[in-house]
Amino acid sequence: QNRLNLTEGVTDVSNRVYDLHMTIFYICCVIGVIVFGLMFISMIRHRKSKGREPAKFHESVKVEIAWTIIPFLILVGMAIPATSTLIAMEDTSDADVTVQVTGSQWKWHYEYFEHEVEFFSRLATQQEQIQNKFEKSENYLLEVDNPLVVPTGKKVRFLVTSDDVIHSWWVPDFAVKKDANPGFINEAWTRIEEPGIYRGQCAELCGKDHGFMPIVVIAKEPAEYQQWIEETEAEQIAAKEREQELLDMEMSMDDLMAMGEKIYNSTCAACHQANGQGIPGTFPALAGEGVSVDPDQRQQHIDIVVNGVQGTAMQAFGQQLSMQELAAVITYERNAWGNDTGETVQAADINELMNQ
Amino acid sequence: MSTVVDDTHHDEHHDHKPYGITRWLFTTNHKDIGSLYLWFSFIMFFIGGAMAMVIRAELFQPGLQLVEPNFFNQMTTVHGLIMVFGAVMPAFTGLANWMIPMMIGAPDMALPRMNNWSFWILPFGFAVMLSSLFMEGGGPNFGWTFYAPLSTTYSNDSTAFFVFAIHILGISSIMGAINVIVTITNMRAPGMSYMKMPLFVWTWLITAFLLIAVMPVLAGAVTMVLTDKYFGTSFFDAAGGGDPVMFQHIFWFFGHPEVYIMILPSFGIISAIIPAFTRKRLFGYASMVYATASIAILSFLVWAHHMFTTGMPVFAELFFMYCTMLIAVPTGVKIFNWVATMWRGAMTFEAPMLFALAFVILFTIGGFSGLMLAITPVDFQYHDTYFVVAHFHYVLVTGAVFSIMAAAYYWLPKWTGYMYDETLAKLHFWTSLISVNVLFFPMHFAGLAGMPRRIPDYAVQFADVNQIASIGGFAFGLSQLIFLWLVIKCTRGGEKAAAKPWEGAEGLEWTVPSPAPYHTFEKPPKVE
Amino acid sequence: MAEQQSYYVPPSSPWPIVGAIGLGLIAWGAGSTVINISNAEEGYGSTVLTLGIIVMAVMLFGWFRDQINESMQGMHSDQLNVSYKQGMSWFIFSEIMFFAAFFGALFYARVISIPWLDGASNNAMTAEVLWPQFVAQWPLVETPGGTETQGMGWYGLPLINTVILVISSITCHFAHVGLEENKRKQLTIMLGVTIVLGCIFLYLQGAEYVHAYEQLGLTLDSGIYGNTFYMLTGFHGMHVTLGTIMLIVMFLRVVKGHFSPDNQFAFQATSWYWHFVDVVWICLFVLVYVI
Ligand code: HEA
Ligand code: HEA
Ligand code: CUA
Ligand SMILES: [Cu+2]
Repeated sequence: QNRLNLTEGVTDVSNRVYDLHMTIFYICCVIGVIVFGLMFISMIRHRKSKGREPAKFHESVKVEIAWTIIPFLILVGMAIPATSTLIAMEDTSDADVTVQVTGSQWKWHYEYFEHEVEFFSRLATQQEQIQNKFEKSENYLLEVDNPLVVPTGKKVRFLVTSDDVIHSWWVPDFAVKKDANPGFINEAWTRIEEPGIYRGQCAELCGKDHGFMPIVVIAKEPAEYQQWIEETEAEQIAAKEREQELLDMEMSMDDLMAMGEKIYNSTCAACHQANGQGIPGTFPALAGEGVSVDPDQRQQHIDIVVNGVQGTAMQAFGQQLSMQELAAVITYERNAWGNDTGETVQAADINELMNQ
Repeated sequence: MSTVVDDTHHDEHHDHKPYGITRWLFTTNHKDIGSLYLWFSFIMFFIGGAMAMVIRAELFQPGLQLVEPNFFNQMTTVHGLIMVFGAVMPAFTGLANWMIPMMIGAPDMALPRMNNWSFWILPFGFAVMLSSLFMEGGGPNFGWTFYAPLSTTYSNDSTAFFVFAIHILGISSIMGAINVIVTITNMRAPGMSYMKMPLFVWTWLITAFLLIAVMPVLAGAVTMVLTDKYFGTSFFDAAGGGDPVMFQHIFWFFGHPEVYIMILPSFGIISAIIPAFTRKRLFGYASMVYATASIAILSFLVWAHHMFTTGMPVFAELFFMYCTMLIAVPTGVKIFNWVATMWRGAMTFEAPMLFALAFVILFTIGGFSGLMLAITPVDFQYHDTYFVVAHFHYVLVTGAVFSIMAAAYYWLPKWTGYMYDETLAKLHFWTSLISVNVLFFPMHFAGLAGMPRRIPDYAVQFADVNQIASIGGFAFGLSQLIFLWLVIKCTRGGEKAAAKPWEGAEGLEWTVPSPAPYHTFEKPPKVE
Repeated sequence: MAEQQSYYVPPSSPWPIVGAIGLGLIAWGAGSTVINISNAEEGYGSTVLTLGIIVMAVMLFGWFRDQINESMQGMHSDQLNVSYKQGMSWFIFSEIMFFAAFFGALFYARVISIPWLDGASNNAMTAEVLWPQFVAQWPLVETPGGTETQGMGWYGLPLINTVILVISSITCHFAHVGLEENKRKQLTIMLGVTIVLGCIFLYLQGAEYVHAYEQLGLTLDSGIYGNTFYMLTGFHGMHVTLGTIMLIVMFLRVVKGHFSPDNQFAFQATSWYWHFVDVVWICLFVLVYVI
């Protein structure tokens, strides 16, 4: 990776983009050298202190036409390769693999169209590194828990969208940057030549943690990829079945609290804060206030977490977390930070609400 | 270009200024109002600059050191808003107020009371905006571009203050622009035909037209943000049939002309200063006028170059790419004309000229990066990175702000009646020139290497570049204290300035004494 | 260029700063009011807002009184009148651009966002994955999110209102002709008729809103159709209200014997404003109601 220049990248398109960038850069350099060169010559030679008398000329239609037409022709020269590259980049037809990429505050969700595989991908850098308590690792802020996996040598199409605000899915090595607009799907594609790990970041201001939603893509040889996707698919199907079985199981308060705290810190704390105080005027507090301390509003509490609140930043977590996880995190919210309602919520309660 | 044949103004005998605070509160005098605008903009430049210092300090090292991410976003947002609406635009309006009546031989601005109103609503607008920083949940944190739905459904409570503050700033700009247009079209001295007007007047005329055309559109955009957030409309919400990208179209329909609003008057200033210190007439006056007009017209056709990654259809991307590239042609004409003006002149290098020369070079560098950004497929890589930040600070800081400083040096003798301290001015110039490049040049590299903008913390490979930029930033900030000191000193006294302190300067403003009397041209001069 | 008479530069005036304070209070008050409403809390917002409006009213009254006195004392040269006229024209131009933003939104919704949500252009997957049920149509009687409403027909009230406004524009013109030809009676009557027509228009507009809210379920939050409908007609209605107030002021001045064929800027400005409001309505009628 180049630290001072554009990434050349690992796809045909990204190479073309890089070449275009360099070409235009050099053209600008040449024009710059000529223009600034003339200026400096003039500044050095045409000084009053050298006893110069100013010349009298002040217009010349001929040169003025020349320096209108020549730049225009240079621009036409730039526009031609730019146009063909652009048209190639926007042709998303005939894809081999399609992945839906959904941004939400502040994580990415990937869903494979051809397989029953989907998962969330969140920042994996420890909070302590960000707070300068631990040494920063090599991939500081560029590492995630679940990277996206795609095959090499295949046309991979991304359907980019969002659940809340606008994000932008950007991996420099592919020269792909597409805005994730809520309610619309934008398409982009890539064909990666070399296996490897490629890193990018969200590129559109999306709120508080915009700087903390990286993207990691692992490109695998097609065979390896095939194996990975089948294994993951089997795993996810099995997990769903297990969840159904777990529905009847009662978890103890301690287990719920332990599991809930983990989920809370990774999923909810970004807005409501680890201490449940929220951010006044932006994100409501949970500690000592609202539905999470009111014994009569247990059902509303579950509903808000599962279905979200329309028209606000509160997302629907029903699809993001398993029923057990939802039960745990709600239990945690109802009992942490002195809320102490003493109530537990079980996976069955969630199931009941979701399937009523 | 224009010479005065009949120089019969008898301003001296009733040069009585009102005094006390009411002079400033109630004034209808274009010079007083100009000074108010200029001081206001100076203060805003320092406030916005202080916020930039917070940004640079936080970005000095990777990791979060000083501020919370949410506060960082507020700093970025308000820095951008203040610099654009509080520093650069009022500075230009101040210059217009001071200079345009004098340049065209008018007794004052056409609508003096409204002129006062246009200024005095500004402090109130900014008070409303800045006060929201101290509210629960903080002030605007969605970027100066306030993209929906981050600024609607997902914004903090204080958004309504932001909206109404923008309304006020818009009203101020529109009234200011109406005044400028009417003054220019209706108040020129006999003989001051359009093609004899100084270029500063021309560029402002066109700028004022842009302002009246686009500020109301911004008002419409913030109004829709207001109703989307508080009254249940769904202009920017797909579920109701709207589109968040529609916001961007409306915003940038305003936003792109806006960036030319911040550079066209600079072109006028530079076109006055370079001939003055080259002692040679401006090369290609007519083509300068046509180029300015072409830039203004084209500026309405390129807005979506800020939105290449939003997923527009290819033909739209191509259209906006071509139109954007075209702007390089008239802008190039301007640059070449300036170089041709310098060619075979007899130059001296006082502070105004130094800033003007730095402007030409550094603005062109900013223009080059702009051209690179215009190339859609490559913009996919540059967009929303520090490459963009580098681009617009080159055109805005070393462009607009440098030209304002050049103008200040050029006209300070006329305003105060004293020469400024040339040694301090040179010191200010050289420290600024060096530090500003240390500040913004490395940002190109950070951006190319992949550093997104509007982030409070970054990956470790960007650390050294950011450290250099921050050091440059602090140095540039400190250099501006020299300027402040110099201006205060100059208002207090110094070597008396002649009516025309610059050998090669031309124009009516140099025919009146320095400092310019409170009332000038009550009887219009005759221009040949 | 007009031959230069001495151009009247008014002495210092307290009104602009009063107006600035008024506008500042309005902005602050409106901001707090909106926030108070949305949080369903008590606050001082509306008090500040009211105060701001009062200060503004005082300012306008004082400013215009000064202005009228100057005009009656003949201090306004021809050149100054040209300044006023140009100023007014550019102000109206800025108003046009303000409406253009909302017409732009209407255009965008109809031509771009709604068809795209149904899969047009490069958005096939948008429709397929996100909004499989949605059918593009205008008026948008069912939004992608499922809110239902009804379209507003163009016959009936809107058509009557169009006729009323067009006639009022004509009567306004004849009032002006009356002024030009020094026929004070024609001036007074025609101006009066214009005002009455303006009021009828506003009344009918109100009735239409009631009908839309109560019978059609067409509300401000029923999707982009309702949004553009209410924002455009609403802002237009506010302009008609302002225009009517201006007309009333002119009427009072006419009764007091102000204005003459060569001193009539305020009257002319008002009549321009009224014609502008009329033209906006015609665009609105065609684009919002008919097609
Ligand atoms: C004063 C302000 C100003 C000026 C003058 C310009 C001038 C230009 N800008 Fe810039 N721009 C901004 C302020 C400005 N810009 C701001 C504030 C943003 C970011 C907003 C935000 O997102 O927050 C931005 C962003 C921006 C983008 C969007 C980037 C992105 O977000 O992805 C683009 C893309 O096309 C662009 C292009 C241009 C071009 C082509 C010019 C041209 O006008 C430049 C023309 C000049 C030259 C080219 C140099 C001189 C010419 C010659 C010497 C002739 C010969 C040259 C050639 C033939 C090459 N600008
Ligand atoms: C004309 C407009 C203008 C001007 C003059 C500036 C001036 C400066 N800008 Fe600005 N900037 C913008 C317009 C402008 N900017 C815009 C529109 C944005 C985009 C906002 C957004 O993303 O929404 C932006 C964003 C922006 C960013 C990116 C933030 C981000 O993406 O997160 C940065 C980062 O370094 C930055 C830095 C600076 C610096 C260091 C200066 C310096 O030039 C400032 C120098 C001035 C001073 C420092 C003040 C004077 C001195 C003192 C007050 C004395 C005290 C000094 C010290 C203690 C050292 N700016
Ligand atoms: Cu997501 Cu920025
Ligand atoms: Cu632009």
